[in-house]
Amino acid sequence: MSFWDQAIEVARVDFRIERRQADVIRVVVPFALMALLVFPLAMGLDLAGLRRIGPAVFWALGVLFGMQVALRESAEEASSRRDLYALAGLDPAARFTGRAISGSVLTIGFFAALLAGMVVVYNPELPAGWLPSTAAAAGLVAIGLTELGTLAGEVTIGLRNRTTLASLIVAPLAVPLVIGGSQTLDSLVRDESILPWVLLLLATDLALAVTGVGLARPLEEASR
Amino acid sequence: MPGPLILTSVGIGLGGFTILRDVTVSVGTGEVIGVVGGNGSGKTTLIRMMATLLSPRSGDGSVLGARMGTSEVYPVRRRIGLISHIPAVIPELTLADHLQHVVRLSGLDTGRIPAALRAVGLDGAADRKGAESSFGMLRRTEVARLLIAEPEILLLDEAFSGLDSEAVSLIDVVIERTLARDGAVVIVSHDRSQMRFTRRVFAIEGGTLRAEP
Repeated sequence: MSFWDQAIEVARVDFRIERRQADVIRVVVPFALMALLVFPLAMGLDLAGLRRIGPAVFWALGVLFGMQVALRESAEEASSRRDLYALAGLDPAARFTGRAISGSVLTIGFFAALLAGMVVVYNPELPAGWLPSTAAAAGLVAIGLTELGTLAGEVTIGLRNRTTLASLIVAPLAVPLVIGGSQTLDSLVRDESILPWVLLLLATDLALAVTGVGLARPLEEASR
Repeated sequence: MPGPLILTSVGIGLGGFTILRDVTVSVGTGEVIGVVGGNGSGKTTLIRMMATLLSPRSGDGSVLGARMGTSEVYPVRRRIGLISHIPAVIPELTLADHLQHVVRLSGLDTGRIPAALRAVGLDGAADRKGAESSFGMLRRTEVARLLIAEPEILLLDEAFSGLDSEAVSLIDVVIERTLARDGAVVIVSHDRSQMRFTRRVFAIEGGTLRAEP
């Protein structure tokens, strides 16, 4: 089985498990949508203020809850499963890639729900052409965030308080993603090119992909 | 010709602890050896090292010609079959889906899955999730995987514990088939009565392996 066949097989099974467990739909999405409502409740009837902060709230909640998609319970592997994969000949880099594919798709779906919720609740003033640019930026942020979360999950595998530790690793390293994502929309508002921010997101995604694939084998061996 | 599994003065540790030291043993083709020892003696650590899942801290070892603790072991791993004391079945998947997943990853023929499920008596329970299956059913699922994988080295870690006689006989079939292919088998248990196939039995005592008379 080729590298890509293995990666796609891992992603396929991740989707199947998510369909049965529904960690993202039942846990992450409802909590994120509830969090969207916190700011309007805190700010009262300051509709102008809400319209201004809407996109910022989207990116902040997107990163915070997006990490939870990558670190969801159903993506954890018992040591017996890791042994099984090793003896089945699964390339750890293919496993990382498969995990990144499935997590990215789920995170993009989560971002879509969060973006729709933000537009409905905050009614922000959005420039022309905001949807394709924001969708592209959100897609790239989702991929980077998933790669980062998958990598952090591998580093903290088998540790107590794994989710907390992994979040602490992801949060500071996600800064380029947050900046790139949020500045894409800001650039549109200022009528400037979004290209530098898209390139920043692409470069971050690529660097994380190379790191994840390169470290997959040593991290797996070290986790035993 | 060197045997498929050779350990020479091997030491194994976990974290800061030395679990086993100066372990020397070899298993030849068509041979079954047994390893007995009490709880916490290092049996599982030893068998995990034989499966290349742990690297020796000292000494030399080779599995199917691949030197332990090096990247040579990666391509031979799929020729090793391990039944651990905790069944390695993905709990969220049905037993059939689990087999499909592992068999695909191994690059084996998924068309053999229905026959393997029938052979272990699970054809009526294939749609049951791992999390909803009994211990015996999970073991039978592992046996079905091994019937398809046809490993050259079979490592059994307390594989017979908690099984009914029918399930035990299924594992016996896997052992017999492995031996028929000139494979090697290692049976590890705390229970000496499970050593019925073995020509040689070793005991783990005081952190090392000694041949029993």
